[in-house]
Amino acid sequence: MMAAAVNHYFGSSIGRKQLVATTGLLLCGFLVSHLAGNFFLLVGPNAFNLYAHKLEALGGLLFVVEGILAVIFTIHLGLAIKLNIENVKARGGAKRYALKKNTGRGTTFMSQTMPWTGLILLAFVILHIKSLKLGTYYTTVVDGVTMRDLYKTTMEYFVSTPATIWYVVAMVAAALHTSHGFASAFQSMGWNHGKYFKNVKRIGYLYAVLVSGGFAFLAVWCHLKGV
Amino acid sequence: MSAGNMNLNLKIWRQPTGAAEGKLVDYRVEGVSPDQSFLEMIDVLNDQLVRKGEDPIAFDHDCREGICGMCSMMINGKAHGGYKNTTTCQVHMRLYKDGDTIIVEPFRAKAFPIVKDLTVDRSGIDKVMMAGGFISANTGNAQDGNAVLIPKPIADEAMDAAACIGCGACVASCPNGSGMLFMGAKISQLALLPQGQPESPRRSLNMVHTHDTLGFGNCTTHAECEATCPKGISIEHIARMNREYLKAAFTYYEKSRSEGGA
Repeated sequence: MMAAAVNHYFGSSIGRKQLVATTGLLLCGFLVSHLAGNFFLLVGPNAFNLYAHKLEALGGLLFVVEGILAVIFTIHLGLAIKLNIENVKARGGAKRYALKKNTGRGTTFMSQTMPWTGLILLAFVILHIKSLKLGTYYTTVVDGVTMRDLYKTTMEYFVSTPATIWYVVAMVAAALHTSHGFASAFQSMGWNHGKYFKNVKRIGYLYAVLVSGGFAFLAVWCHLKGV
Repeated sequence: MSAGNMNLNLKIWRQPTGAAEGKLVDYRVEGVSPDQSFLEMIDVLNDQLVRKGEDPIAFDHDCREGICGMCSMMINGKAHGGYKNTTTCQVHMRLYKDGDTIIVEPFRAKAFPIVKDLTVDRSGIDKVMMAGGFISANTGNAQDGNAVLIPKPIADEAMDAAACIGCGACVASCPNGSGMLFMGAKISQLALLPQGQPESPRRSLNMVHTHDTLGFGNCTTHAECEATCPKGISIEHIARMNREYLKAAFTYYEKSRSEGGA
């Protein structure tokens, strides 16, 4: 019997993929709250700016939450990269078979492209924070309170056609990534049973289409509306 | 050549030793009967090679009735040929047409080093078994059949997992070279039954640790293993293993000798 089983958990194949799974599901949850916030764009500049202002007014608490989010993101990314490198080695190198065909009943385009859609999302997140959160700082006055005009920054950003296309491309990557990742996370945690797993898969696909579609819709809406 | 017999072109992986360079070599087999099994077709080819004084193709086989798990081979890019619930020995030549070119390669993974030609060393899966794929309780005399009640659906599920013949097709087909379906089937089978449950935590921890150290990959839920498994074992058994492992990692502890343990 190996001593210190719990310590081994965090270094084991199953332990690490369960960490990738839980962090992935937490990020899925974050995306829902982010999307809900984005829908204030449809209500109007004041509603959107007031929502952003209320978040910023949390001050230290927001800083802590953002820190937790960054840690979750880093664990998810770091472990996924490490597991992927191990998997390439374990399959026996890049040139494994002269001919390899999939049965069509197992691996999918989504499952095969997980590392690539993940890397697209990493690039997206970096550029997204840079151009919007750390973007041009305008101010506006709502109900006598001076606050950041994040609405203006957002609308200005999406005037650019390449920026909008890149955003939509990243959301397609997000849809592909979550449509495999959602159900896979349940499987990794051990929540797969013939009784309900088909529905987990369905919810995963629905989540992928609705959430990524929602983000992409708002980006296109901003682009078409103009400044 | 009698009616229905075929002439086939084969490209077979030849590699004299594990360390040597290997390559695909072209062979032609004539007059193959559609009733022959894939292995019998290679037997015929080997007979021709031996008569010509050439080295016959090395490949693993034993029972030739689909239950031992010895035969392997990637046939046209799929483990055991990719036919549903079929081992290589049960693939029959009627599935191919006259003039077909068939590519035959060994199962490949870091944990499956090549021994010669189509023969690979699959002892890694035996080592995973030795780490805990058994029960060590003293059973004594057989007890009354009705003393231990097991619901039929549970018994059926355990039997589905027990169907694993340990052929390694899951590892060969997995894009990550992972042995999780094999290991999941073993852990799941024993965790479902009362005889296996007492040792389940220790078994899960030890088998997973051994699997990892032997260089098998990590599961990313492609489910290609399930699709190529000749015994049709479901990745639900991997999920049960994941549950057992998670539970064991956080709740199971054995005191060391210095702490007063055995």
